[in-house]
Amino acid sequence: MTMAPEETETEVPEGHVKLIVDGEEVIAPKGELLIRTAERLGTVIPRFCDHPLLDPAGACRQCLVEVEMGGRPMPKPQASCTMTVADGMVVKTQRTSPVADKAQQGVMELLLINHPLDCPVCDKGGECPLQNQAMAHGRASSRFVDTKRTFPKPLPISSQVLLDRERCVLCQRCTRFSAQIAGDPFIELLERGVHQQVGTAETAAVFSGTPAPEPSDMASKTSSGAPFQSYFSGNTIQICPVGALTSAAYRFRSRPFDLVSSPSVCEHCSSGCAERTDFRRGKVMRRLAGDDPDVNEEWICDKGRFAFRYAAASDRIRKPLVRDAKTGELVETSWTEALRVAADALSKARDARGAAVLTGGRLTVEDAYAYSKFARIALRTNDIDFRARAHSAEELDFLAGVVGTTPDHVSFAAIERAPTVLCVAIEPEDEAPIVFLRLRKAALKHSTKVVHVGQWTTSSVRKTNGELLACEPGGEAAALDGIAQHAKDLDAGLAEAGAVILLGERAAEVVGLFSAVQRLAERTGAKVAWIPRRAGERGALEAGAAPTLLPGGAAVSDADARAALESAWRLDAGVLPSSPGRDTTGILWAAATGDLDALVVGGIDPDDLPDPALARKALAAAGFVLSMEMRPSAVTEHADVVLPIATVDEKSGRFLNWEGRPRPFTVTLEGTNALPDCRVLDTLAVEMDADLFTQTPQASFADFERAVSAGRSVVRETNGSGTAEHSRPHAGESNGNGKLKLATWRQLIDEGSLQAGEPHLAGTARTAVVRLSAATARDHGIEPGEHATVSTERGELTLPAEIADLPDGVVWVPARSPVSIRTALGVGHGGAVSLSGGTA
Amino acid sequence: MSTADPVTPVLTKRWLSPNSWRLSVYEQLEGYTAVKKALSKPPEQIVALVKDAGLRGRGGAGFPAGVKWSFMPQNEEKRHYLVINADEGEPGTCKDIPLMMADPHSLIEGCVIAAYAMRSHHCFIYVRGEVLHCIRRLHAAVREAYDAGYLGKDILGSGFDLDITVHAGAGAYICGEETALLDSLEGRRGQPRLKPPFPAAAGLYAAPTTVNNVETIATVPFIVNGGSDWFREMGTEKSPGPKIFSISGHVERPGQYEAPLGTTLRELLELAGGMKDGVPLKFWTPGGSSTPMFTAEHLDVPLDFEGAAEAGSMLGTTAVMVFNETVSVPWAVMKWTQFYEHESCGKCTPCREGTYWLAQVLERMVEGKGTEEDIDTLLDVCDNILGRSFCALGDGAVSPITSGIQYFRDEFLALCETNKSKQSESALVGAQA
Repeated sequence: MTMAPEETETEVPEGHVKLIVDGEEVIAPKGELLIRTAERLGTVIPRFCDHPLLDPAGACRQCLVEVEMGGRPMPKPQASCTMTVADGMVVKTQRTSPVADKAQQGVMELLLINHPLDCPVCDKGGECPLQNQAMAHGRASSRFVDTKRTFPKPLPISSQVLLDRERCVLCQRCTRFSAQIAGDPFIELLERGVHQQVGTAETAAVFSGTPAPEPSDMASKTSSGAPFQSYFSGNTIQICPVGALTSAAYRFRSRPFDLVSSPSVCEHCSSGCAERTDFRRGKVMRRLAGDDPDVNEEWICDKGRFAFRYAAASDRIRKPLVRDAKTGELVETSWTEALRVAADALSKARDARGAAVLTGGRLTVEDAYAYSKFARIALRTNDIDFRARAHSAEELDFLAGVVGTTPDHVSFAAIERAPTVLCVAIEPEDEAPIVFLRLRKAALKHSTKVVHVGQWTTSSVRKTNGELLACEPGGEAAALDGIAQHAKDLDAGLAEAGAVILLGERAAEVVGLFSAVQRLAERTGAKVAWIPRRAGERGALEAGAAPTLLPGGAAVSDADARAALESAWRLDAGVLPSSPGRDTTGILWAAATGDLDALVVGGIDPDDLPDPALARKALAAAGFVLSMEMRPSAVTEHADVVLPIATVDEKSGRFLNWEGRPRPFTVTLEGTNALPDCRVLDTLAVEMDADLFTQTPQASFADFERAVSAGRSVVRETNGSGTAEHSRPHAGESNGNGKLKLATWRQLIDEGSLQAGEPHLAGTARTAVVRLSAATARDHGIEPGEHATVSTERGELTLPAEIADLPDGVVWVPARSPVSIRTALGVGHGGAVSLSGGTA
Repeated sequence: MSTADPVTPVLTKRWLSPNSWRLSVYEQLEGYTAVKKALSKPPEQIVALVKDAGLRGRGGAGFPAGVKWSFMPQNEEKRHYLVINADEGEPGTCKDIPLMMADPHSLIEGCVIAAYAMRSHHCFIYVRGEVLHCIRRLHAAVREAYDAGYLGKDILGSGFDLDITVHAGAGAYICGEETALLDSLEGRRGQPRLKPPFPAAAGLYAAPTTVNNVETIATVPFIVNGGSDWFREMGTEKSPGPKIFSISGHVERPGQYEAPLGTTLRELLELAGGMKDGVPLKFWTPGGSSTPMFTAEHLDVPLDFEGAAEAGSMLGTTAVMVFNETVSVPWAVMKWTQFYEHESCGKCTPCREGTYWLAQVLERMVEGKGTEEDIDTLLDVCDNILGRSFCALGDGAVSPITSGIQYFRDEFLALCETNKSKQSESALVGAQA
C-alpha cells in the first residue's frame, strides 16, 4: 500500500483553475462565475439580478466581493455575478472582507430607500429574496428619512401580469428573461435614473391614429395599450426577486407561509414539466415552475402555470350520476348503484354487438393502462383509442415504432445539442412550449439550425432563428421528399450526427407524411421524435390504449405476444381478442350506425374530434354511454352513467412525456375522496367479473410493468401491428369543395376545457385571425384589417384578416379559437375551403 | 508669480481665421497635409508614432491613445469601427463643441488618419444631440471632405476607403460613457455594457471598435506633421502636448485657452484676465464637476494627469470652473448632485438610488433643514457609491460632495445650525407623505 504524501499540490484538472475563496483553496471549471464558486463552498453571496439561466448583467451590485489578481488587489470591489474564476485569484466575500460586507450592506440600504415597507400586504412577503437578504445582509435600520419614489399601481402589463413599480429593484430579470429566454421583448426598461421602470410599449394608438389616451390615463403614460404578449409571462413573476410582478390570479389570495407545497407535474402538454403546486385548505392557490434541468429547466408556460382552476370549478361532478329512465335527467346516486347499472349495461353490450373505449389524451400511464386492460378483459375488445383528435392508420403504424423509446433516443438535451432540427407539422410554441424554449436556446447558444416545414413564418420560426420550408397544407410529405434535391444544405445538416426531426400531432392529417419522415430519417440518419400535444398520449400509447397495440407495444395480432400477456394477466389462453380494433373514427362510425352497443368515454370533447357531428351522433345513437368525467361536458349530456374521477391534484400517477421520460407525481390534495380512473375501472370490472388489479395507481403501474416485461420476452413482429379498422372516409373527413387549402392548428391558449375558469389567462390568448397571403387577399377583395369569411358546405367562420407569407391559395385559422374549426367547417388541416370578404 | 509666455496655439490656431470651418481655409492653413503623409506609411507606423508622442486621451481618463489603438486586432476578419465620442456633456466642459464649430476638418482629418491606422473603414461621430448648430456644421464639413476626395473610396489615390457617419445623440450624459454610447449608436437605450468584452474585442455591432474623444483625434494630424519629439516639447514627461482648457465662471474673460499640459490655474487665470471684479477665488474644478474640487490652495498645482491626481483630484476634461467667494459650496454641490440624479442611467443600484438620496439630503440641507448627522450620512452614502457602481458616473457624482465637505465642512455645518433651533418643533424631519 502506498501512502500519498500529505502535502501534494492539488492537481488541477484540464479546463479548471485554482483559486482561493475566503482562505479556502478551490478548483473551479474555467468560466465559472465567482458567485457560483462561492456557493459551492457554502457561501451565499446576496444577489438580485443574477440568475443562473440568464446572461450576467451586473446591474444590482449586491454581490460585490474583494478580488486580488496576481498578488495585486483590484482597486474596487467586483461583482461576483459577472467575474469568472481565474488561476491564482484570491477572493474575499462578505465572510472575510469588511470591505465587501460594507459594500453589500450599502447596496442593500440603497435598494431599500425607495422600496415600500409593505411586506405585510405583499404577495412576495415570506418568500422574498429582498426581504430575506435584507434580514441577512442589511442594516438594522435605514438612515433614509426623505421622500420615497411612488408610482400609480398596479400597472397591468397584461391581463395576467400586474406591475407594482415602486417595489421594483430594477434587476432586469423579467426583461432579460423575455428577451433572452422567451424571445418576447414586450416588456422593457423605460426612462432613466430613479425614474427608470419596467413598462410595455407605448400604446399602438400612436401609430394607428386612434385617439390618444385621456389625460387621466397619463399617470400610466409609460404603461401601454400594447400588452405584454407572451406564453411565458408567468416566469417573470416567479423570478422577480421582489413583489413587483404579481399575477392577477394569485394577487392577495394567500400568504406563502399559509401554503403547503407539493411537487407536481404539468398535465397540459407532452413536455411533462416539473411544477410545484401550492395549496391551502384543500384548494390549489397557484402553480410554480419546478426545477428540472433535464426537462423544463426552471421555466413553464402560462398554461401550465395558470390553467388549474377547472379542478375547483363549482360544477365539478363529485358523485356518480345515472340517467333516470322516466325524466331523462342525470341524478346523483350511490357508487354501488351506478357501478351496477354500468356493469350490467356494458356486459350486455359486450355480449351483443360490443362496447368500445375512447380514453382521451390526458390520462396517466396508470389510468390509461386500466382502460386498456378493461377493454381487453372486461369488454373483450380491441376497440380502444386514445386519440381524441385527427388520426390515421398510418399514424398507428408509425407509433408502433415509438413505443418503448426513452430519452436516450431524443431528449430535450439532444435538441439543445443538435446541429440541425427539422420541425415537421408542429408549431412548437403552441403545441409544446418547453420544446420551443429548448429550440430557441439551441439556436441562440449553440447555433443550431432550425428548419420548420409549415405554411408561414410563425413566431416559432422567427424566435428560433429558423428557416421556413413553406408548402401547402397537405403538401408536407412532398416537401420532405424534395429536400434531397431542393435543399441540399438541409439534407447535409440532417445527415450530421445528432440531427433531429420533430413531428407533431398534425402529421396525422397529412397523407403519406409518416412514411416520408421515415424515408428521410433512414436516408439521413436523423432521429425522429414524436411530440404529441396532450400530456397523456405518449403514456396511453405505451399502455396499449390503441386498437392495434398491446401494453408495451406488441401487436394485438401477434399470437405470442397475446399468449405472454395472457399468462402475465393470469387469463386462460386464447381469451384476448386477436383482431385489430377500430380506431376513434371507426368506433364512432360503428356506434352511430348501430354496430356498437356501448361506449366508455374518458375525457373527450367532441369538438376536438375529426368529425364532431359524427361524434355527437354516435353518442346519441349508442345504446349505452359511460362517461368518466370531472365536469359536465358534451359527453355527459348523452351519458347514461357518469362516474366522477379525480384530477391530477387529487391522485398520484405518472405521465410519460414525449421523450418517453416517466414524470411521476404524488397526491397533492389528500382526502378528497375523488377516485382515479384506474380505481373506478377496477371496481367496475369486478362488477363484470373481471380483475384488473388496478385498485391504486401503484398497483396499476406494477401490473403495467409486468405486462410490458411479458411482452418484451417475445420477439416483436416487425411491422406486424395490423391496421386498425378505419371504416370509411366520411363527411367529416371530406376534403370540402372549396378552391383554397386550409392550414390550421391549435393555439396554446384557446377554448380547451382544462383552461376553464381562468379569465386572466384567457386574456393573454393570441387573437384569432384568418391569415392569408397578400395576393390571396387581393384576389378575394379582402383588405388587411377587414374581416374574412372561410366557408365550406358545412358552415362558415368570420375573423379579422391578417396578411402573412403563406403560399397563395392557402388560408390559416386557429383550430379552436374561438370555435372548433372541425365543428364549424367540417374540415381540418389540408381541407378545401372557400374564402370571401366578411363582416364582423 | 509665474510669467510663462502664452504658448503658440496648436489645436486652436485656425479658430480665429474668417470662415475657419471651411475646407478652403483649412487647406490654406496646412489642412489635409498630415493625411497625405500618413496614408503613405504603413498603419503600424502611425500607431507607433502616436505611442511615441505619448498622446493621452482628452476625454477625461487620459488613457494613452496609441496603446488603445494597438488593442485593435491586426486582421480584418470583422469590420473595424472608429467611433468619435463627441457627446460632450460634463458640466463645465465645452472644448469639443467649439473645436467642431471652428475647425471641424481637423477632426475629420484626424479620423482619416486614425481609421487608417486601425484598419477601419467606417467612422461614426456621435455628437451630443442638443448642439444642432454644431451637428449641421459637422455634416457640412463631412460633405466638403467627401467632395474633395478626403473621404469615400480610394482617398487621395491611396486605395484606402473611409466613410464617416455623423450621428446625433438623444441627450443623455451617460452616452458619453463609451459602451453606453455604442449601445445608443446601435439604436438601444444608452446604458453601459458589461466589460469584458472590451470595445476593441467586441464593440459596435460586436466588432472591434475604438472610441476616442474629439480633441484626441483632432490632435493626431499635428503629431503626424510635427513628429513625436515636437509634440513632447509641450507639456510634461507623462502628459505631453497642448490641451484646450475651458475656463468658465467668475473670471474676467471666460473661454477656451490652449496651453500645454502642466499649466497651473494661476497661469490660466492670467490668460483669462484674472478673477472677475477682483472677487477672490473660493473653489474650482480642474476638469469638470466629476473631478473633486480644488481651492485657492491649489493655484499652483500643475494641471496634467499626474499633478491633478497627486493633489487629490483628476485632470478630467480640463473644464476649469472658477467660483468666487459669493458662491455657497453646499448650494453648488446640490446643483451638481441634481445633475447627476437627473442623468444617472438607472442601470445600477448605487448610482440610481444613491444620487436620488444624496440630492434629497442636500436639498434639505440647503433649505436649512439638515442635521449634523446628514453630513456623516452623505459621506457614508458617497462611500457606498464610489467604486461600487457599474460605471464611472457614480464615482463622478460623489466627487463634488466628498471634496466639498473635505474643504468646506463648516459651510455644511452652518446650514445645520439654523435648523437646530427648529428641531424641537419638527422632530419628524422628512416624514412627509
